[in-house]
Amino acid sequence: MRWLENLDRRWIFLAVGVLVLIPLLRPLALPLYVSPPTQGFVNAMDQIPDGSTVLMSCDYDPGAKPELVPMTRTAIRQLWSKHCKVVVTVLWNGGPGLVDQVLREEGRAAHKTYGVDWINLGYKSGNEAVMVLMGQSIPNTFPRDNSGGVTTSYPIMHGVRDYSSFPLLVSISAGYPGTKEYVQQVQGRFHIKMVSGCTAVSAPEYYPYLQSGQLEGLLGGMAGAAEYELARHEKGAATQGMDAQSLAHMFIALCIVLGNVVLWQRRRRGA
Amino acid sequence: MAGVTLPSATTEPACRPPAARASRVLAGSAAAGAALILLTAGALAQSPAASDTTRSASLPPAVTPATPTGAPAPRPASGLVASDVPNDAGRAIQLDWKASPDDVAGRHVLSQYVVERAENPGGPWTTVDSAAAGTTTKVDQNARRGVLYFYRITAAGPGGRTPALSITGPVSAQSQWFNSTRWSVLLLTIVFFGGVLWFIASAQAGRKPFVRRIPGISAIEEAIGRATEMGRSVLYVPGVQDIDDIQTVQGLVILENVARLTAKYETPITVPVAYPIPFTIAEEMVKAGHLHAGHPEAYDPNSVRFVSPEQFAYVAAVTGIMLRDRPAAHIFMGSFYAESLLLAETGFITGAIQVAGTANVAQLPFLVVACDYTLIGEELYAASAYLSGEAKLVGSLKGADLMKVIVIVMIVVGCVLETVGIHQLTHWMVTQ
Amino acid sequence: MKREVPLFITAAIGLFMILSFFVPHQVVSVPADFLQQSAVIVVAFGYVLGGANVLRVNVDAISKRADGWPYKLMLVAALLTMLIVGLVEGEGFQNEGTRFTWMYNNIYSPMAATMFALLAFFIASAAFRAFRIRTVDAALLAVAALIVMIGRVPIGTALTRFLPEHHRLPDLAEWIMNVPQNAAKRAILIGAALGVMATGLRVILGIERSYLSGED
Repeated sequence: MRWLENLDRRWIFLAVGVLVLIPLLRPLALPLYVSPPTQGFVNAMDQIPDGSTVLMSCDYDPGAKPELVPMTRTAIRQLWSKHCKVVVTVLWNGGPGLVDQVLREEGRAAHKTYGVDWINLGYKSGNEAVMVLMGQSIPNTFPRDNSGGVTTSYPIMHGVRDYSSFPLLVSISAGYPGTKEYVQQVQGRFHIKMVSGCTAVSAPEYYPYLQSGQLEGLLGGMAGAAEYELARHEKGAATQGMDAQSLAHMFIALCIVLGNVVLWQRRRRGA
Repeated sequence: MAGVTLPSATTEPACRPPAARASRVLAGSAAAGAALILLTAGALAQSPAASDTTRSASLPPAVTPATPTGAPAPRPASGLVASDVPNDAGRAIQLDWKASPDDVAGRHVLSQYVVERAENPGGPWTTVDSAAAGTTTKVDQNARRGVLYFYRITAAGPGGRTPALSITGPVSAQSQWFNSTRWSVLLLTIVFFGGVLWFIASAQAGRKPFVRRIPGISAIEEAIGRATEMGRSVLYVPGVQDIDDIQTVQGLVILENVARLTAKYETPITVPVAYPIPFTIAEEMVKAGHLHAGHPEAYDPNSVRFVSPEQFAYVAAVTGIMLRDRPAAHIFMGSFYAESLLLAETGFITGAIQVAGTANVAQLPFLVVACDYTLIGEELYAASAYLSGEAKLVGSLKGADLMKVIVIVMIVVGCVLETVGIHQLTHWMVTQ
Repeated sequence: MKREVPLFITAAIGLFMILSFFVPHQVVSVPADFLQQSAVIVVAFGYVLGGANVLRVNVDAISKRADGWPYKLMLVAALLTMLIVGLVEGEGFQNEGTRFTWMYNNIYSPMAATMFALLAFFIASAAFRAFRIRTVDAALLAVAALIVMIGRVPIGTALTRFLPEHHRLPDLAEWIMNVPQNAAKRAILIGAALGVMATGLRVILGIERSYLSGED
């Protein structure tokens, strides 16, 4: 076991790469389970009245694509299945292009019309200041949409004024600005119902908000997205990725154990 | 109280405001009686459908004309109450109503309620907002302060639209001078600010409080010393957020102390910054550090670099600096996200001594694992006081501690009170 | 004066914004809204300064043929290419089918995703290298970490399917996240929030003023 002590980290990298790749090529179909935070997300989405207009803030960029795009797709499909209209904003400057591409693909598949069933208001710099300004007026905060069109000229925006125009805020967030800031600046101030989908690494940070009821549901990373797909009886990219993630988690657990084997070995020799 | 609600169609008892809102009715207003008559007349004149439903007010309101689609028009909503939204700048009016009997999930007779507003009871009416079926409340956020408005609500469905039997008003939005739900915050803010100022004054008077040793902060000097011995540079990362994140402010304040030390030891420092405003401040900090150390000439204008607000472009640039320039000390102070481990692990490979500090709880485990020393949460905010040793700054730490004691007591008392069913403290703490 | 004026502006605006939290009246809320909108504009102007610095530092290094100058050349070329293409495309530069979108989808997007994906590799190597159980506390931490890590993925359900419902790994992981994890996190958050308030107050009152300038 001495080789472990001087193990080149590139072997670990190779092992992670292989373990992630294999299940992507040959799925293992491990069983999934819908956790209470995911169920809360699904229920909150189910409870909004059919046909209402929902605000979805997609605050991420391509770095978080594998974790957040699958849940964005499932969420928008669930909203459209209820004939809801979706107003999308992006507070990350690297995000509007990716979000637009995803929404257009989903829109084409569901035969939804831009400007009527959904709109991408695009990016606005200013982080929390933008969130607060949206509480005063969304058309004033986003006078033009992502494609440069006048926001108020779209039918979907006719009933949209501020947060009170929406029964639910869906925050899909990769960090700052994102869910935490929406809870602090918007949920706390304007008392809008809110659910969140976030990267796995930030999920623990949002658990207190879930417990306090400020968030009605939470999807944590790809696991949350896969659970959401299961709850919606869909099999999307997140479900496909979960086998790979399972093996990667197992491998990291193994790394912790092996790292400690090295420590014990050293101690025994030293003793 | 500025909100006014007037039940107009006396044939419809449901229209009366609830007892809690009864105080808002302007019984003594001479205009009220006139308005009552006017608005009923206005409603009748406004639409034939309104006149139909009003006539049938004593009957069940299901008597609605058949429509070309064959589906009946929904029966109207009732009991519309309009009131000023309290604790705001006078921009909103709260509307509550009783659902139409046809507002039943799955029946598809009623699809939405349309809220209309006019400045005169006789109109003209403009649509303010719509609310999906199942909703019985809406806030008109576009009211102009002090203007008297009348409201009516129309039930709409595939079979047509039916206005409510009555209109409500006049009501106006008024601004308030104090948000009465925020007394708790005001009181605690005063206690906190008072405590901080008192301890600062006390520290200035010579009673400098004891501050426990924070190993991470002591390690900063050790790291700079080591870089000096090795003849290599120091890399300082003031977080990856903009100046609106107070952690960035703190990171920049600590930077000044670090720059003083590097200038004193004549050790080069590199500061990659992610956002433009912190970048300009970081330049000032490093200049100030050199000035205070008595080496203004040693300041290198290229030591502070604007990189990119793009998270991973920033990581690529900083890890590039780590691998190419091989700084002997890496100091990460500020707000970090997913890049924390990428930076700290790359730094580990280079063998540099690493000190980190952040209040981003989710990133703490990564930094603790990959760095030699980590400042956790509030330790980051204590760092500048600790490093500078200024009495005023150290005094403010004590003020924060006092507040922490108050918070702990309130948590314990709150838990006990909630457990025994007393909710007053919780309600007092909830703000709107 | 050079120092007093910014200190006064900081204190006045800081206290005014605190006041606006308590006073909803238009006398306070309208100027507060204006200040918030101004912040967005000021930030946008800051990018000009940042861009100028990127060019200055890197063009300087290229002209001096400093170490790694070809990388800096790449950086400047990429910066100018994205900027010029965006400007040429005009207002709808982010629409489908534009050259800017092509570069975004095929260059920027995969590069950003790759950087983020590196985390998986780094977490594994950090776990191997640094997660050492030297004390009882560290042992507890390691056990909790293993439960949460395995409990959060399907394999956790598969491994403990023989156990009664609500006693499987995912349930245990959920409990750890909801109870001990949450308690510790709240404590750190409350401490940090007080630190934020204390720092904010120090800045507003000019006690922490080193960030303003180097001159006394």
